[in-house]
Parts: sequence; structure tokens; C-alpha cells
Amino acid sequence: MSQTLCIISTQAPYRGQFAKEALDAALVSATYDIPTSLLLMGDGVYQILDGQSPEQLGRKNLSSMFQSLELYGIETVYVDGESLEERNLDPEQLLPLYTLLEGDAVASFLAQHDKVLSF
Amino acid sequence: MKYALAVYGAASTGQSSLTALSFARALLVSGHEVMRVFFYQEGVHNATSLTSPPQDEQNLPEQWQRLIAEHDIDAVVCIAAALRRGVVSVDEAERYELSASNLREGYELSGLGQLLEAAVEADRLVTFGD
Repeated sequence: MSQTLCIISTQAPYRGQFAKEALDAALVSATYDIPTSLLLMGDGVYQILDGQSPEQLGRKNLSSMFQSLELYGIETVYVDGESLEERNLDPEQLLPLYTLLEGDAVASFLAQHDKVLSF
Repeated sequence: MKYALAVYGAASTGQSSLTALSFARALLVSGHEVMRVFFYQEGVHNATSLTSPPQDEQNLPEQWQRLIAEHDIDAVVCIAAALRRGVVSVDEAERYELSASNLREGYELSGLGQLLEAAVEADRLVTFGD
């Protein structure tokens, strides 16, 4: 399985199970030895904000899942810079696990992958 | 062409289930192959056998089941997503000592690997979300 896969996660971290289930897909893909990239776009960029305390919602913190990605061979999380700007977020507020894609970089980044799964 | 479909929406929450069903029908009429339909996220609700809408409304889970049976389509429901939302097979109901099971006949509960395999093996994977 040498095809490359990009998983795009577009929903806020604790909106239903969207973010968790997109991360699950990325982890399973990596364990199948499919070269896998994870890209956060839209409200998905909130998933990698540092300092979350979802315990108040009775939810598990997604940060630990992001931190375990590396163990599965996903060494960085791609973040759409434009989505950050639209939400007035600064890259310094993010967990230091990301690679910023700025301007038109997202289009060429996606073009490097054989398959894209969007959540 | 060899197609795989991923359905992320429930029949009751948006358009994606009906659109996916119509797309699948159109594919088959046009002579394409539907190698797998994978139900994930809220899409797992399409596999419950307990929907009973009023008579003048369509029953999408039933229509899915009919299409799947008629064309012998590999219909896979993500097991983790399904258990989380109360869509369970007889086996899983026994395993977790639940009071009932509701997975429609013709569907299989399995892992996310089935979605990724479909993504890699199909010529086209088309996803339907809300």
C-alpha cells in the first residue's frame, strides 16, 4: 500500500465525535502503513490549541491523542494558516506539533496525495 | 470503475444519506461497481433496523438495505462508531450484555481499516457528510 492519504479534519474539537473519529481514522491509516498526513482546516484548527480543559464537558482531552500521533509515524500535523487568521489565532497558541501551510500551499499539499478523506 | 462510498450522515440529520443512496443507484445503473459502502460517524444510524417513520415518509435505512441486498454490496459499519451510538449486532449485544440488538441484516460491523482499504483499493472513494 504505497498510496498516500491525507485526512482533513474540519470540525471543532468537542463538537460531537467528529474530531475524535477523524483522528481515529488517521491513526488506523498509519497503523496500516499507509503514508498519512493530517491536515486541520476550518474550525478543525481549534483541535490543536494548547491549554484545553474539556474535562468540564466530561470529555477526554484531544491533546494526548495529538501527542501520540508521532508514535504511529505521523510526525507533524499540518495546519491551514488562513483558517488560523480567520479565527484570529496565533500559531504560538498551538501545541508545538504543527507545520503551517500558508497561502496557496494547501492546494499543492493536497495535490501531493493520492487520496483525501475529509471529515 | 470501481467505487467505494463513505457515508457520514444519518438519514434524519441532513441530505447526505439520501444523496449517497441516489449516487449508489446511479453508479449501478451506469454499470459501475460499488465495492463497498462504509458507514461512519452519524452514518451508522443508517444501519439500524428500528426506524419506522410515518407511512408517507421514506425509510432510508430500509432502502439502503434493499439496495445492498439486491446488488450484494459489501456494507460495513464502523464498529466503534456504531457501539458508541447504539447500533449493535447480536454478537456485540451479547458481548456487552445489552438488552437488544438492531443491526440490519446484510451489514457487517468492522473496523476503520475497511474504510482505508477501500480508499486505497477503489478507483474512487466518494464521501457523503453533512
